[in-house]
Amino acid sequence: MTTFILNPWPWWISGPLIGLTVGLLLFLGSRNLGVSSSFRHLCALAFPKSSLPYLATDNVREASWNLLFVAGIALGAFVAVRFLSAHPVEFLPQHYHSLSGALKLLGGGFLVGLGTRWARGCTSGHAIMGLSNFQKPSLYAVLSFFAGGLCAALIAKIFFGALS
Amino acid sequence: MRQLRYLLMGMYFGIILTKSEVVTWHKIRAMFYFREPDLYLIIGSAVAVGALCVWLIRRSKPKTPFGEEVTILSTPMHKGVFYGGFLFGLGWFITGTCPGPIYAQLGGGEFFALFTLAGALAGAYAFAWLKPKLPD
Repeated sequence: MTTFILNPWPWWISGPLIGLTVGLLLFLGSRNLGVSSSFRHLCALAFPKSSLPYLATDNVREASWNLLFVAGIALGAFVAVRFLSAHPVEFLPQHYHSLSGALKLLGGGFLVGLGTRWARGCTSGHAIMGLSNFQKPSLYAVLSFFAGGLCAALIAKIFFGALS
Repeated sequence: MRQLRYLLMGMYFGIILTKSEVVTWHKIRAMFYFREPDLYLIIGSAVAVGALCVWLIRRSKPKTPFGEEVTILSTPMHKGVFYGGFLFGLGWFITGTCPGPIYAQLGGGEFFALFTLAGALAGAYAFAWLKPKLPD
């Protein structure tokens, strides 16, 4: 049992438990699962006097739950790594710990931030929450996520030989 | 407790994201290169359970322990799901990380995720700036 917990959890445990987050957040908190709106809230907090309507109209009081939720994600990961893992978790591969890796993360991160705000949701909000609620826009969003990711995979395979 | 519950539920989510390894670059690459079915099975089973939760909540119209009505939001259709979704997909492949895992990586001690977060915040700021000029 302990070994089972300390090893990576198989999909048939982790998948349903991820889905349960949708129910927990609704039932205990009346909130719809979503993570990427935290980027907007953090920007609005960083630039409280911004004249950009997207940031100026952000209701930080209303958003506080979301910032607590993402802080919780970080704390939970700390607990999982520190107390619930037999082996270190390799989040990013060794070769990303370099200047070129940092640039990839910055550039790719930019696309993650811009894209998820434009689409108004990410894997949590659209793929998990949106699909659970049978929303057509979320289905199109998820198909677009995979269209983008698979295009990038194809380009990487052709030009850089897969791994980079 | 009113606010603390969101931190606790975030912790729950963070523990499971980490233990499922969807927070690792390797797992995301394995998904996009169809090397293993895990991510597809995780998303599929998560949606199955999530849909059951949504169905039960719609049926029983419960109140939260704090007496709040449970509201399920519905997203209107807009063009951004295509354009933005595609751009996010590119970024998801490049970084091997989607938004939830960025926070998980930081909490788990992967400090290079600060670059991903900095990029994502710059991207969100760019969206705020470009929004009037972009198709909705």
